[in-house]
This record gives sequence, C-alpha cells and structure tokens, in this order.
Amino acid sequence: MPFQIETAGDVVVVAVIGQLVVGNRQEFKQSVLDEVERGARRILVDFSETGYVDSSGLGALVSLNKRLREVGGELRLAALNEDMRTLFELTRLDTLFRLYASRAEALAQF
Amino acid sequence: MPKRWRSFETVAVSGNVAPVSVTIVRREWTISSNIAHIEPLVSEVVSLCLEAGLSPRACRLNIPVAFTEALSNAIVCGNNEDERRSVTAKFALDAELLTLEVTDDGDGFDASTVNFSPEDGDWLVREDGRGLFLMRSLMDRVESQRPTKGRRGHTVRLVLKRA
Repeated sequence: MPFQIETAGDVVVVAVIGQLVVGNRQEFKQSVLDEVERGARRILVDFSETGYVDSSGLGALVSLNKRLREVGGELRLAALNEDMRTLFELTRLDTLFRLYASRAEALAQF
Repeated sequence: MPKRWRSFETVAVSGNVAPVSVTIVRREWTISSNIAHIEPLVSEVVSLCLEAGLSPRACRLNIPVAFTEALSNAIVCGNNEDERRSVTAKFALDAELLTLEVTDDGDGFDASTVNFSPEDGDWLVREDGRGLFLMRSLMDRVESQRPTKGRRGHTVRLVLKRA
C-alpha cells in the first residue's frame, strides 16, 4: 500500500510511501477525494517517507488543492526532503501550498 | 517483463596526453505501454547510475524524475497506454555524459512548440503540462526527434553531464 491514511483530530493525514508518480497518482487522488467525500476538510500530506514526485504527482496535488478549496477546505504538505523542495521551487508550487518541516509542526498549526 | 540487452565497449582515446580508455555502458529495454513498467525501469537505470558513480543528488532527483517523465509521455501520450504498442529505452554512459533515449510508437509532436512555464497564468491551477518543463529543468539537454515521413516513432533524448 503506497499510502497510509490516519486521522489526527479533524485532520486527515495521508503519508506517501515511496514515490508519488504516474503509476500511483490516480490511487492517491481517489483516496483523498474519498476522504473529502466523507466530510474531511483538512488534509495533510506527509512526505517524510517519499523519494520523489513527478509531474503527475504534482498535478494530482494541484487538483486536490483546487477541490479542497471548492468545499472550503485546505490541503497542506509536510516533511518534503531537499529534492522535493527543489521540485516545488522549480515549479513554483511552493507558492501554492503551505509547506511544513514536519507532520508535528503542520498539525500544531492547522 | 522487459527485454534487455547489455553491452560494454572500451574505446581507446588518444591525443596530446597519455592514451586512456573510456568504458561506455549501454543498455536497451523494450517494454509494453503499461505505466506499471515505469518504476522498475527507472529504478534499474538509477542503480546503473549509482554503480557508475554519478552524483547521489542526480540519482535521487534529476535522473529518476526526468526519465519518469519521458517514459510517461511515451506510454500515455505517444502510445495511448495501448499495451500492444511498445516503448524502447536506451541508456548510454561514458566518461562525460549520460544519455537516455525513449522512443514510442506514436506520431510524435513538435516539442519546441510545447513551452508551458511557471510564467503562464494558469500554471498554478492546471493539473498537467509540467513534464517537459521538468525534463528541461533537470537535464542539461532535451532533444526531440519526430519520425521521418511515412514512419512512426517519436524519440526524446535526455542528456546529463557527469559532474
């Protein structure tokens, strides 16, 4: 299972294990959309166990962010490694999402 | 399972300095157009690069992301995920350059006309269109070769200088 979903209060935390790429982005996206459908409005994606993300993974995050905003919710990201930070900076998606150093820090400020 | 070939060439290079020999590592794979084949192939290429001493950062970021993009474009856009159609990937590594070539079975496109960038107004809301941008950002050179008239097969060539 490339994703682990847990709840912390009213925040749904989705941990990505391995990569978030074209091969699993649909499963990832649907897992989060299912949580939104069940009423979740605060979603935190934890990348502490993620290697890299490709353009499909980035696109899935952009799409989910849009969906969350439509329903009055928010998507936040935590624990990006140095390489993923570089990807977000290159694509300027670091200006779209709130990025946190760790899951704990993100949860404390959600 | 992908078909594989492996070859090594040792080329004598001479000039004004003492002759040296440069080992060129070449590999080639042919896979069917299923996105499930991407990660294992990327992983194999990254292993080859690590074994050859390419920088850890390039092996964690530039190579896997750019190669994933090229394979993904070939399988999804070039071959419409039709498993009867194949994608060929070639790997060549010498003392100076890593070259990765991905060829699909489609009609190709003119990559020079695809220039989505973070300057675009819809960049932060669009779901797709970042693949070529990432390849160009992470590689030293990205070349696109369309099929000659009457033939099929579009090739993307990724070139990275060894640090």
